Amino acid sequence: MRIALEYYAILREMAGRNTEELELVVSTPADVYTHLAAKYGFHISQARLRVAVNDSFVDWQHQLEEGDRIVFIPPVAGG
Amino acid sequence: MKLFAMQSEPIEIALLDKGLRDSHCGAVATFAGRVRDHHDGRSVDRLVYEAYTKLAQDQGERIVEDAMQRFDIRHAFSVHRLGELGVGECSIWVGVSAAHRKPALAACEYIIDNIKSQVPIWKKEFFSDGTTQWVNCAACAQLAGNV
Repeated sequence: MRIALEYYAILREMAGRNTEELELVVSTPADVYTHLAAKYGFHISQARLRVAVNDSFVDWQHQLEEGDRIVFIPPVAGG
Repeated sequence: MKLFAMQSEPIEIALLDKGLRDSHCGAVATFAGRVRDHHDGRSVDRLVYEAYTKLAQDQGERIVEDAMQRFDIRHAFSVHRLGELGVGECSIWVGVSAAHRKPALAACEYIIDNIKSQVPIWKKEFFSDGTTQWVNCAACAQLAGNV
């Protein structure tokens, strides 16, 4: 399925881009992260991240749909 | 007025403080977070804040709305600054007003604690020695050139 990614902070630096669209054989955000971690050498384990799909937090086994927009969220540090 | 806002301009604390005034409220509790000149024993020159804007806005508003429900308060709002900030500059402001001090103080603490732990905003430290680090991600990357 076709999905869109947005990258922030340390993941943006590691990926070397703000956004991208990919055509992948995946079902869940966990599948997507496994693929991207291998592609970009992400050193952050999935356990340290949260994930949002279409601007809402979801769990890692959320069933993705065509055109979904995914953001992996590194440990936050606001304030 | 939005319960939570993000902006790149300097936070005008005096103006925000005015927004809390209400003759019904005998207590005003505010918090201002400012950029520190050190982190983990290292000298800091500046910080850069970045947000996943849509979700940060939703989460920030939700937290302040929660506080309005949980505590006996009349007004609450928070402003977070994004972009590059120098030492001493205000990165976040939280203000609460209530009839009485205990709920005002408790709500103020609740809001800042939850914003810091939940809202998708990140900060990158620029140290005086030229190195950089994303806060809370020290163990995340072992890339050459980053500590």
